[in-house]
Amino acid sequence: MTGWYEPGTSPLHRIPAGWKFLAVLALAALVFALRSPVWLGGVCAAVLLGYAVARVTPRRCLQLARMLGMLVLLVFAMQWWLLGAGQALVVCLRIVAALAAANLFTVTTRVEDLVFAVERGLRPFTRLGVRPDRVGLLIGLTLQAVAALSMISAEVREAAKARGAERSIPAFAVPFLVRTLRHADELGEALAARGEGDG
Amino acid sequence: MVFAAFIAVLGIFPGVYVGTSGIPIVLQNAGPLLAGSLLGARRGAMSVALFLALTALGLPLLSGGRAGIGPFLGPSGGFLLGWILSALVAGLIVARAKRPGLPVLLAANAAGLAADYLIGVPWLGFYTGDLPAAAVQSLTFLPGDVAKVVVVSLIAALLYRALPGQLAGSAKRSA
Repeated sequence: MTGWYEPGTSPLHRIPAGWKFLAVLALAALVFALRSPVWLGGVCAAVLLGYAVARVTPRRCLQLARMLGMLVLLVFAMQWWLLGAGQALVVCLRIVAALAAANLFTVTTRVEDLVFAVERGLRPFTRLGVRPDRVGLLIGLTLQAVAALSMISAEVREAAKARGAERSIPAFAVPFLVRTLRHADELGEALAARGEGDG
Repeated sequence: MVFAAFIAVLGIFPGVYVGTSGIPIVLQNAGPLLAGSLLGARRGAMSVALFLALTALGLPLLSGGRAGIGPFLGPSGGFLLGWILSALVAGLIVARAKRPGLPVLLAANAAGLAADYLIGVPWLGFYTGDLPAAAVQSLTFLPGDVAKVVVVSLIAALLYRALPGQLAGSAKRSA
């Protein structure tokens, strides 16, 4: 499974993940504080400039723009109808600025770096019983489980089809969930056997 | 944890587009309700939180392959965060019941859905600066969500019959 990360050497790629994340949050907060469309447009332009600095591939840009475009169109239509064009413009500029910045963050940050940043960020909480070294294990196990469950889901669908019940939701969902829970039990036992206990 | 993966797998199924409104009705938000009603409050909410954390880290697990912190900062971010409360509320109600039958599950999931809206609607209102408008907008999703509450409750009731004494409050299990 690959995320949205795109390798690169731009300044945006090199900022440590933790600081970059705080910057995105600060930008989102700023966007909500601003009410003037001109300033909001300026922030949007700055974020778009960030895409150029990071040299995001046109293909990825197009994909992100399409996703954002659909959302913005929908929101704009709704807001226009309910609140008028001026307010709709402000809301949409906010969405574009916040989401484009957030997506830029995701595109320029490696998942591994982010995981490391989370582990470091959690370190002060060790005394409260948080175990930062578990973060990696948790992520790995979950990804493995996604793969396992995708397979189970395909098998269950096949079985439902063989019984001529492909249109029945319970015929799919119930066996799928039973096997999901069983998988969870087995995994829990395996972890307990390795001394990782519950949780 | 496996249940976090389960929610992820729910995201694989494409959204069902209703009419031409352009709003996909996704199966994924049935996941938190299922997690709450089957695993109980603590484990259910933790599964959902883990799922959301992985999404925020940039794994494309949300339906439509969405990933990163974008979906959380967007107008519907409140509904995502509300999933945690959703699972929590549904789980708490199920755990209170002696024998979780269909009526209990329906009530629990309806309350879970309401909890999600409780966070999601003000968030949207904060975005648009107009709470009533946000509430009106959210009404579009209500019929689909109510249908999901019913289906989830039916399925959960079947599962309680299939796995007696193994779910929610009754037994220790690894989420």
